[in-house]
Amino acid sequence: MSASTQIRPRATTPPAPVRPGQRRARLRSGFTRWMFVVPAAIFVAVFFGYPVVKNVLMSFQDYTTKTFFTGEAPWVGFANYAAVFSSSVFATSVVNTALFTAGSIVLQFVLGLGLALFFRRHFPLSGFLRGLLLLPWLLPLIASSAVWKWLLDQDSGALNQLLGVVGIGPVPWLVSPSLALIAVIGVNVWLGIPFNTTILYSGLQSVPPELYEAGALDGATGFKAFWYITWPSIRSVVSVVVVLGVVYTLKVVDIILGLTGGGPANSTQTLATNAYHQSFINFQFGIGAAVSNVLIVVSFVFAMVYIAISRKAVDE
Amino acid sequence: MKPGSRSTSRRTRALVGAVAVAATVPLVLAGCSGSGNASSSGGGGGGKTLTIEDYYDANYDPVYQQCAKDVDVTVKINHVAGAGLISKVLQQASSRTLPDVLMLDNPDVQQIASSGALSDLADYGLDADDDVPGVKGANTFEGKLYGLQPNTNSIALYYNKKLLADAGVEPPKTWDELKTAAKTLTKGSTYGFAMSNINTYEGTWQFLPFFWSNGGDEKDIATPEAAQALQLVQDLQDDGSLSKSSINWAQADVNNQFMAGKAAMMINGPWQLPALKKAKNLEFDSVPIPTRTGSETVAPLGGEAFTVPQTGDKDKMQLAGKFVGCLNSDKMQAVLAGVSGNVPTNIEVGKTWAKDHADVASFVTTVQTARARTGELGPDWPKAATKIYTAVQLALTGKADPEQALEQAQSQNQ
Repeated sequence: MSASTQIRPRATTPPAPVRPGQRRARLRSGFTRWMFVVPAAIFVAVFFGYPVVKNVLMSFQDYTTKTFFTGEAPWVGFANYAAVFSSSVFATSVVNTALFTAGSIVLQFVLGLGLALFFRRHFPLSGFLRGLLLLPWLLPLIASSAVWKWLLDQDSGALNQLLGVVGIGPVPWLVSPSLALIAVIGVNVWLGIPFNTTILYSGLQSVPPELYEAGALDGATGFKAFWYITWPSIRSVVSVVVVLGVVYTLKVVDIILGLTGGGPANSTQTLATNAYHQSFINFQFGIGAAVSNVLIVVSFVFAMVYIAISRKAVDE
Repeated sequence: MKPGSRSTSRRTRALVGAVAVAATVPLVLAGCSGSGNASSSGGGGGGKTLTIEDYYDANYDPVYQQCAKDVDVTVKINHVAGAGLISKVLQQASSRTLPDVLMLDNPDVQQIASSGALSDLADYGLDADDDVPGVKGANTFEGKLYGLQPNTNSIALYYNKKLLADAGVEPPKTWDELKTAAKTLTKGSTYGFAMSNINTYEGTWQFLPFFWSNGGDEKDIATPEAAQALQLVQDLQDDGSLSKSSINWAQADVNNQFMAGKAAMMINGPWQLPALKKAKNLEFDSVPIPTRTGSETVAPLGGEAFTVPQTGDKDKMQLAGKFVGCLNSDKMQAVLAGVSGNVPTNIEVGKTWAKDHADVASFVTTVQTARARTGELGPDWPKAATKIYTAVQLALTGKADPEQALEQAQSQNQ
């Protein structure tokens, strides 16, 4: 049907009054092109645009449990932001978020790259072991955090009993405010290694082996081969892994809630857990939205970096 | 290279298709859930159907069925996971799909009532005049009664009979006795005392008996009386009688420590009784929580209230009112207490209950003088509760001494 109607104007109209038909065709092709974009645009607007806009609006309102029944949320301007920025928990949360993200990313990346390089050599069971490495990724987060909570328990935890065999006294992993953040970072690193290893491993696979052969002739072996051949070849993959890792780590809630609930004494409180606490424990949705907007801005900056890097990679 | 690239593009197209299909799934599901709700509220055949929402389990269904028979309705029971109840209620409030009978934890009643989602129970001829005074206060907001609580609970000091007898220790009545007893009972891997000091409302709830009995007040927690109470818990930890892990323990964890024989005494509630009775080789009893001078314990009131939300259907709300009245009747209070292990709220029913059930006697005593958490601050209680557990955590982690911890927490802009 559509094919025949498209052909007809061309066949019947002589060359002179071609303009209206062409314009219509161009219009129609433009229209068709837009129609392909519409479903995606609607999807993004409904499932991503609306929540973000709503969140921004909410942060300027006194949005409480009452709002859900009456629909009234008085406009309070920047009062929520003022409350957030003046609270001492917010300052602690910012510092903890920075430490948590930086610590997790550095360790995840270093260990992930090490494992990826290790698994590039083929040895018996290497495929099986690489599969096992994905396990942390497959477990529900709340289940693995419950297991880790038990492993890290001060009095009867498996880790401390193991250390006791070597003669080290019980370590207050989740109990001491100075150790809790380190313990939480450790568990998050354990969770993040599969992601880093998998992506970096696939990056390593795409480095042509000829380069190493040629490099070996020129004396580039061992660390030199890594520094002059491997690293430049996977640099774009590395930046993608790091930037995505930052965005994923910034928003971690479940592991922290499962392990410490932000405690002891707020020592593992991050922006994400703070926002959760304000919204769903204190039911101050306006303040919770203000905290999460801060988080959104930070994540957005890193998302932009990611886009810039991936665009550069395509140009190269 | 060409065939390969063509196959990937085909794969990409298939993937895009799959994603598009997956994206429509939530829409379809949303449609289903909407129609599901509509059909359930319209149904019922001859008699009307009431929907009930709670965070209990199927053990309570026979109780509901009994009252359904009395009121001549059929009931549709919906059990929700404890932590998810309030978010569910808020969602239902905004979509106008609240159940006909709603169970709420008593400290949440005033907050939900303040939103206008609940109806005044006086409209159905109900009152709580024969119940423990604290319970009535917890369910009253701006002079109106919004919830009825068939059962209530509180916390007391459980002790392991065998461990105390072996050490020749009597159950403590004062703080000094508690400290000495806990120290004597601490041996090897067994701590003398256990309680929950976690950074949630559970931690606040467990600290309240020490705090309130000594004259602490939630309006301003930075007082010498409050500091004394916090110092007691700090001393118990410094003596080694209380594990440092208590700042990560929920009440269920405390109960596990006690059942495993790793704690000789613990603070916990009557809802643990079914589990405690099942534990082998464990002989236990409980006494009211010790106070500094041995005076009466002021502990917090627990338990769940039943409310009638504003659903707009006047006839059904009347029936729901009758249903809640039935749940709160003397007879059903006792039946519910048998299921939950808690204490009947009616003063007379409670006294009779204590005679037949020796293991809840200490709780019946405690409940008479107990206070509602929302009694003083109403819907603002959560803010104070956050300050209280923050202070406890600051002190027990050694970040501040008790006095400073309370000051910091009080001034903290939450």
